[in-house]
Amino acid sequence: MSGPLLVGVHRPGSSVLHRLPAGVKLVALAAFSLVVVLTRGLPAAALGAAVAVALAGVARLPWRPLWRAGRGLLLAAVVVAGLQWWVDGPARAVETLLDLVALALAALAVSATTPVNALLDTLVRALRPLRRLGVDPDRVALAFGLAVGGLPGTLALAVETRDAARARGLRTPRAYLTPFVIRVVARAHETGDALHARGIGDD
Amino acid sequence: MPIVLDGAGVTVEAPDGPRVLLEPTSLELAERRVGIIGPNGSGKSTLARLLNGLVLPTTGRVLVDGLDVARQGREVRRRVGFCFTDPAAQLVMPTCVEDVELSLRRTEKDARRRRERALEVLGRHGLAEHADVTVHALSGGQKQLLALAGVLAVEPSVLVADEPTTLLDLANTRRIGDLLLGLPQQLVLVTHDLDLARRCDRVLVVADAGVRFDGPAADAVEFYVSSVAGVR
Repeated sequence: MSGPLLVGVHRPGSSVLHRLPAGVKLVALAAFSLVVVLTRGLPAAALGAAVAVALAGVARLPWRPLWRAGRGLLLAAVVVAGLQWWVDGPARAVETLLDLVALALAALAVSATTPVNALLDTLVRALRPLRRLGVDPDRVALAFGLAVGGLPGTLALAVETRDAARARGLRTPRAYLTPFVIRVVARAHETGDALHARGIGDD
Repeated sequence: MPIVLDGAGVTVEAPDGPRVLLEPTSLELAERRVGIIGPNGSGKSTLARLLNGLVLPTTGRVLVDGLDVARQGREVRRRVGFCFTDPAAQLVMPTCVEDVELSLRRTEKDARRRRERALEVLGRHGLAEHADVTVHALSGGQKQLLALAGVLAVEPSVLVADEPTTLLDLANTRRIGDLLLGLPQQLVLVTHDLDLARRCDRVLVVADAGVRFDGPAADAVEFYVSSVAGVR
């Protein structure tokens, strides 16, 4: 499996995380994310990152593909941390970097150990009481599933668009970003048509 | 299952202007394998998309098994599956088995049974070993096969395929073509592959937003090659 394709892809296995119900993992991920975001201080951030690394280990995420898939995200996190350094100093910068790594690793651990359809079933069940308020649980769950399922496809489009720009000798961000946005929107339309044709969302 | 573009004629106009995408057309399609051939931009896909409700007629009615596509779209889509040219747009879940499971969510509520059925479907199409592989790691032929498997999983009565082999190499074109033409379902096949068209029971030649020929496959291909495509 090449690098970017790891994101959001379920990897079958028998680890403790694989065996946990999807609902438990979703609630735990939400709670973990809140704690990471709301807790201040370098020791707490380091602990959060350590927990996330442990989760990735338990989920048996393959480290080499994880590094290839995550280095772009890591670069973005470093840029954000750099800004934090400039505004709030080095301690806050390192804390931000650790927080972002912890959130990404925990989310990958959950998505790698949980089939998307299990997440959809859990969401549909959880949202069912809101049907009285006009919420359509199936549609909300489908939107969630598409967001997770669409990540690898969007990354693949990004790589294709970058390669197409390079092949034409174009290196400016505009030459890459404009067609990328257009292609993502076009792909969204095509996906909408495909879902419509499959009758998904009709019920 | 009879598909009828009613006697008054079905018309489709472009949503952004007065351009006519399909001029008044009346048809009844009852043959098991119906081919649609014609130049790019001629209206083939518009005609195909009418049958599943992806495009709605500006005038006239499209009926599938007596159901009006515009008014009873949900029921029509349960009977009419649609396969696109580019499978990448059609495969929306991360792994092969999950994508087939998505199709089955409507008909199979039990998660374990749904997965079993999805694995059965993948096995039937020679994709069992790819069940947990990300869809983006498949070859073009495997992606189109998976897209077809996802559509056929819910056992539609009619399959509309819009240029399903255009992006494929020769071996995969033959593989997908053989699969489509061997289906027990009624097939409406839009194609540029004249060998596939020749294997249909009836072929429509579409050009300049209208049906210019409608008849046996050999005659339709001959008409297309000599009169529309302008090549010999």
